[in-house]
Amino acid sequence: MVALAREVTTPMLSVDIRKQFRTAGSPPFLLDVRETFAPGFTVLFGPSGAGKSTLLDCICGLLRPDAGVIKFNDECFFDAARRFSLPAQLRRIAYVFQSLALFPHLSVEENVAYGLSALPSPERQERVERILPAFHIAALRRRKPGELSGGEKQRVALARSLVTQPQLLLLDEPLTGLDAALRQAILQDLRAWNAANRIPILYVTHNREEVDAIGERVVAVINGRVQESGAPRAVLDAPRSIALAQAAGFENLLHAHVVEQRPADGVMRVALSSANCELEIPLGTVPPGAAVQVAIRAGDILLATEAPRALSARNVLPGTLEALEPRGSLVVAQVNAGARFIVHLTPGAVRSLQLVPGLRVWLVLKSHSCHVVLP
Amino acid sequence: MNLDALLLSFRLAAVVSAILLVLALPLAYWLAFTRWRGKFLLESVVALPLVLPPTVLGFYALIALGPRGPLGRLWLFLFGHTLAFTFAGLVIASLVYSLPFAVQPLIASFESLDRRLLEASSILGASRLRTFFRIILPLSWPGLITAVVLSFAHTLGEFGVVLMVGGNLPGITRTVSIDIYDRVQALDFAAANRTAFLLLFISFIVLAVVYGMNRRVWSPWLAK
Repeated sequence: MVALAREVTTPMLSVDIRKQFRTAGSPPFLLDVRETFAPGFTVLFGPSGAGKSTLLDCICGLLRPDAGVIKFNDECFFDAARRFSLPAQLRRIAYVFQSLALFPHLSVEENVAYGLSALPSPERQERVERILPAFHIAALRRRKPGELSGGEKQRVALARSLVTQPQLLLLDEPLTGLDAALRQAILQDLRAWNAANRIPILYVTHNREEVDAIGERVVAVINGRVQESGAPRAVLDAPRSIALAQAAGFENLLHAHVVEQRPADGVMRVALSSANCELEIPLGTVPPGAAVQVAIRAGDILLATEAPRALSARNVLPGTLEALEPRGSLVVAQVNAGARFIVHLTPGAVRSLQLVPGLRVWLVLKSHSCHVVLP
Repeated sequence: MNLDALLLSFRLAAVVSAILLVLALPLAYWLAFTRWRGKFLLESVVALPLVLPPTVLGFYALIALGPRGPLGRLWLFLFGHTLAFTFAGLVIASLVYSLPFAVQPLIASFESLDRRLLEASSILGASRLRTFFRIILPLSWPGLITAVVLSFAHTLGEFGVVLMVGGNLPGITRTVSIDIYDRVQALDFAAANRTAFLLLFISFIVLAVVYGMNRRVWSPWLAK
């Protein structure tokens, strides 16, 4: 019966809370979130200080909201009206902090078994024996956290949380500081675990790569509020707010105002404030004359050394190459086309085009690479 | 050298620091973690013995422990004699006198702990008591040892409070510092020097152990 009931109900976390923070010397901060979280990964994305970790602290019971309700299925975690707050110990939530918070005086095995103290010893042992190999840390069981590498620590922290068989998993940037390959490997373990358990997983990050790697659903948190939610492409590739565009890594944010709308062509024209030039961008609901910002990824801009002709791209801007700065596997170019544009190039392109500062260049922008962002 | 006095002092210091540890742990825990705004009042009370002349403390202790004091009357009712000029009275007065030396290192230790560790413990289902014994205490052991050693050393060397409360009864309340005072009064400088030097030596060793430990922060689980 129990097993059947588990299969039929979909575990849902619903959060509807407000909490005011007042710190001396900084403006008051209001966390105001109304959101539902289904099983599977939900990425909480946003700039640091947006309230993502605070939201997790409220959900797990470390912080009490001023108002609102937090429910998991029919189980009430928090209800301000009834002055009820289920203690963190009883919420059956696993929470991996950004700092991981491994107990430094306990071995890997003792850390992992810490949350199982209520179980009889054989079952505790059995669960530990199952989870250690699943997260590839069986060989480290006698070590202390001080003797582990960054990736090993992260695996231990995940295992320690998941071995308790939580009904909800909160991850606060658990993979920051790891290289991409290791991150992928750990995410793989996490996905495998979730395929078997199917619980809501709230995953905080401001790393775009991690969003793409997890890629189910993104909730963008800006300044204490949920700004947008949906598929990563919809939320992060066409951001509708400046803070989100900045957090999503749009290198070019240009002030502009709407000149005219052309519904027949599916476009509207905007004029850049700092330059004597206009861009054609996808039609939006913004009325002519309204001030907007246009967000463009540096990697979405093409660069030509001769005036291009016969293109489908609607926007070609002449300008001057001002600077080239190698950064890892790409070259960051600054182009002055009235406004200053950041363009990402490959070292190979720089070589074959013989790019040098001072050169006359043309920027080519597809309409759909230009996103209107409201101030 | 008066061995009786020395042994009495050690016995007093051992009893006092053992009882203090039991009292100071919950008190320090509460002071370190409470969000009560008025906690500074209690902190001030705990720190009072640091600034009061021992004779003031001893005077009030004598009043409280004497046959008209509340504690003295209770003791008289329970055991048939008062506390003043007894070893038990000495212990009670010394508890107050050395309290800050036990409480303050513990508060400092508790407050320096990473709060996220304690939060992680609660989220993993541990009760406050379990968190205290499994996480807080093991991670605070340098502070714990500092607290024990300092309250021991401080009790060992007390004079004013003992004189006021305990008087000078050989084998009962004549501690080593009283004994030194007596020798000097009797112009027996050689005997005073032997005892004084021993006390100096012991105090130095004790402090050296504490400071050495805190310098190196002996924590075997940290990365080498």
